[in-house]
Amino acid sequence: MGSLFRSEEMTLCQLFLQSEAAYACVSELGELGLVQFRDLNPDVNAFQRKFVNEVRRCDEMERKLRYLEKEIRRDGIPMLEIPGECPEAPQPREMIDLEATFEKLENELREVNQNAEALKRNYLELTELKHILRKTQVFFDEMADPSREEEQVTLLGEEGLMAGGQALKLGFVAGVILRERIPAFERMLWRACRGNVFLRQAEIDTPLEDPSSSDQVYKSVFIIFFQGDQLKTRVKKICEGFRATLYPCPEAPADRREMAMGVMTRIEDLNTVLGQTQDHRHRVLVAAAKNIKNWFVKVRKIKAIYHTLNLFNLDVTQKCLIAECWVPALDMETIQLALRRGTERSGSSVPPILNRMETLEDPPTYNRTNKFTAAFQHLIYAYGVATYREVNPAPYTIITFPFLFAVMFGDLGHGALMAAFGFWMCYKEKPLQAKKIDSEIWTIFFGGRYIILLMGLFSMYTGLIYNDIFSKSLNIFGSSWRNNYNQSTLMSNKLLQLNPDSEDYIQTPYPFGIDPVWQLAEANKIIFMNAYKMKISIIIGVFHMLFGVCMSLWNHIYFKRRISIYVEFLPQILFLLLLFFYMVLLMFIKWTTYGSTPPYYGSDDINIVKTSAYCAPSILITFINMMLFKTDPPRPPCDDVMYAGQMGIQKFFVIFALLCVPVMLFGKPYFVMKEQKERARQGHQPVEGAAENGNAGGAAPPAPHHDEDITEVFIHQAIHTIEYVLGSVSHTASYLRLWALSLAHAQLAEVAWNMLLRKGLMSTDFQGGIFLYVVFAGWAAISVSILVLMEGLSAFLHTLRLHWVEFQSKFYAGEGYLFQPFSFEVILDSAGTTEE
Amino acid sequence: MGASFVPITVFTVLWGIVGIVCPFFAPKGPNRGIIQVVLILTAATCWLFWLCAYMAQMNPLIGPRLNNETLIWMSRTWGNKMTQG
Repeated sequence: MGSLFRSEEMTLCQLFLQSEAAYACVSELGELGLVQFRDLNPDVNAFQRKFVNEVRRCDEMERKLRYLEKEIRRDGIPMLEIPGECPEAPQPREMIDLEATFEKLENELREVNQNAEALKRNYLELTELKHILRKTQVFFDEMADPSREEEQVTLLGEEGLMAGGQALKLGFVAGVILRERIPAFERMLWRACRGNVFLRQAEIDTPLEDPSSSDQVYKSVFIIFFQGDQLKTRVKKICEGFRATLYPCPEAPADRREMAMGVMTRIEDLNTVLGQTQDHRHRVLVAAAKNIKNWFVKVRKIKAIYHTLNLFNLDVTQKCLIAECWVPALDMETIQLALRRGTERSGSSVPPILNRMETLEDPPTYNRTNKFTAAFQHLIYAYGVATYREVNPAPYTIITFPFLFAVMFGDLGHGALMAAFGFWMCYKEKPLQAKKIDSEIWTIFFGGRYIILLMGLFSMYTGLIYNDIFSKSLNIFGSSWRNNYNQSTLMSNKLLQLNPDSEDYIQTPYPFGIDPVWQLAEANKIIFMNAYKMKISIIIGVFHMLFGVCMSLWNHIYFKRRISIYVEFLPQILFLLLLFFYMVLLMFIKWTTYGSTPPYYGSDDINIVKTSAYCAPSILITFINMMLFKTDPPRPPCDDVMYAGQMGIQKFFVIFALLCVPVMLFGKPYFVMKEQKERARQGHQPVEGAAENGNAGGAAPPAPHHDEDITEVFIHQAIHTIEYVLGSVSHTASYLRLWALSLAHAQLAEVAWNMLLRKGLMSTDFQGGIFLYVVFAGWAAISVSILVLMEGLSAFLHTLRLHWVEFQSKFYAGEGYLFQPFSFEVILDSAGTTEE
Repeated sequence: MGASFVPITVFTVLWGIVGIVCPFFAPKGPNRGIIQVVLILTAATCWLFWLCAYMAQMNPLIGPRLNNETLIWMSRTWGNKMTQG
């Protein structure tokens, strides 16, 4: 009990909590994670609930913490993981302390940031000014150059300098602009001022920090000379438009020098102040980083508790909170204990009351998994959550899944690679888990590590049976085939076939797996392997489906659907046995009956020929003939039949199997109808029997028998029957994918070997070694990427389909809903992932 | 009929031990049922798979068609001397 075969028994409970104790009790339950609360105020919206204020305060705290975290990240300060145990949910009164702490931290940080920004802006301005003074000095020096002056005179002419009878006085502005804006700026100036301004610019080599975004930007210093006030306003406007910052720049060299000195000292002062501000900020953040994870956990826990409390109903006296919850029946004790702990912690004197409730509702499905079974359970859930207390396919999937995968992936080498990878992940489980690698593909692989390990191990086994390791064979036990051709025959014939009906075959098969000789027989290996693999695909498939149908028997017995056993399970299994299992039997008969008869090799004796390879019938043709009541024209001296009385038995089987169809089709509607009549006659007394929606195996009272619409039952049954009958045929054929993928895998592996590694192994001198080195890299890359990863993925998907469609369709309804307990662990996990 | 007693017994007994005997000694605890199912199914699938491979070769209907070089190599390495002539 309590294991994975069926979902847990659940009970609906009512929980009375005293108002003071409610918080502590819910907190204990959250640590436990075994209780799913139901919303008792579904028509009350989120803003009208009782604890909406507390939830809002928690939201506010979370926002502050996120701000802190962002700042910590920006400074690259490592955040300490929570050492040891997760902190418990704090008492409600602690909330105020926490709020105060966060408030203080946030304010402090905001202030520091504001100050730092102002300081930085100041600093930027000063540095820009410093650069301007330095660069413009160069321009002015050039101007002052006496040789230039002459040039100026010659260029502009006497009257140019003495425009309008007064000495020409050139005005100028100096400023700083983003470097990438320079070309446009220059063009604009030229156009707007009709070429009457003179622009000089110089790049500032070191990047400057933009205080608002703290990006590094490159800027240039410019100085513009112009004449007259009109131009001056125009130039200033353009500067404004291009976001250039203008700085006052004295004309006299002495003033400039003095100003430069002043700027330098101010920069130095600012530097020290800035450094102190940064230090302060760093100290604050480091202190916060130590606790931030801890705080996050605390706040999230408080929030989760209040969210849960919001689901509760308030009792009329306001003294008591009422909750309804689903609880696994087995865990009642633990929950009671947790509640008692909660009460003690809160210091309340009235113990909480946990009442079982009777209900007609379908309880949630809860399967207790461990780290090994969880992955398999997820494969099943991906298809659909089991109906409550229905047979759970997961325990059987643990083996059948890797096995079916391995049938398609059978290769000792590739299997070993896969198993090694799986084993490494299982072995390094703890450190890998702690690393929290945030890649989706990795999470999928890591989550399925036990599946991968098992798939690898089974692939190694099937690889041994297929005798296939990177498309080569192992000859462990000694082949059963011999060469008996003499030298001259060997010299004169390129291809020679060994004859099983002679001394060539030692008449006992290779003891484990396929004989290694077949890997060497390039000419007809595929013919042999196809015949073998197709047969095993069908054999495995039929067994798998029979297993699935048997599971449905378990369900019928458990839910006490006696009629379903007779009119559904029995005809279904008979149908499968009589037709498809019979075909499997024919295969075994063929394997054991037809072949050589040891001492009489190549004999013409009629009795020996009848059981020789020559007379071996095709199973597929035999099966088709059986279904069509047809016989092939006789082929003397062979028999028409594989065993005495075959024709009669086959006819009987087919007719009987076909008779099962109407039973499946009409059986159930007939019994339902009969029962309804019975009930109508007796008044409304519940009758044991076709309680289709069998509720909870008798634990709950039987569902009220409402008369189902008979046409609906009939239609449902018709669909079900057609699905099953047609499904049996198509599903059996569907299992041939085992053969197809296995063939494809083997062929690809062979191509990789022949095209690459073989070429590398051919030459024997030392260049061959170098060549092999390169070729091996290519072959290994292809082996891992295509043969293991891609082929592995496709085999995985096909296996998944075989389980979901071919196997589970026989018994699995999958109409349940998942048990989602209130658990801090889950809440914290999901909060952690959505944030990153 | 080309069956040989030893391999059939060995492998049947081997998987029989895994699938029939071992489940009785599965460790007690909540996972006992799962361990038993795992053992039984492993034995059943592996035994069936081996059996099919074995039976498919008991009475081969065709023989391998081989290159003459491969045949010569087989004679040399698998210890079956070529006859002269």
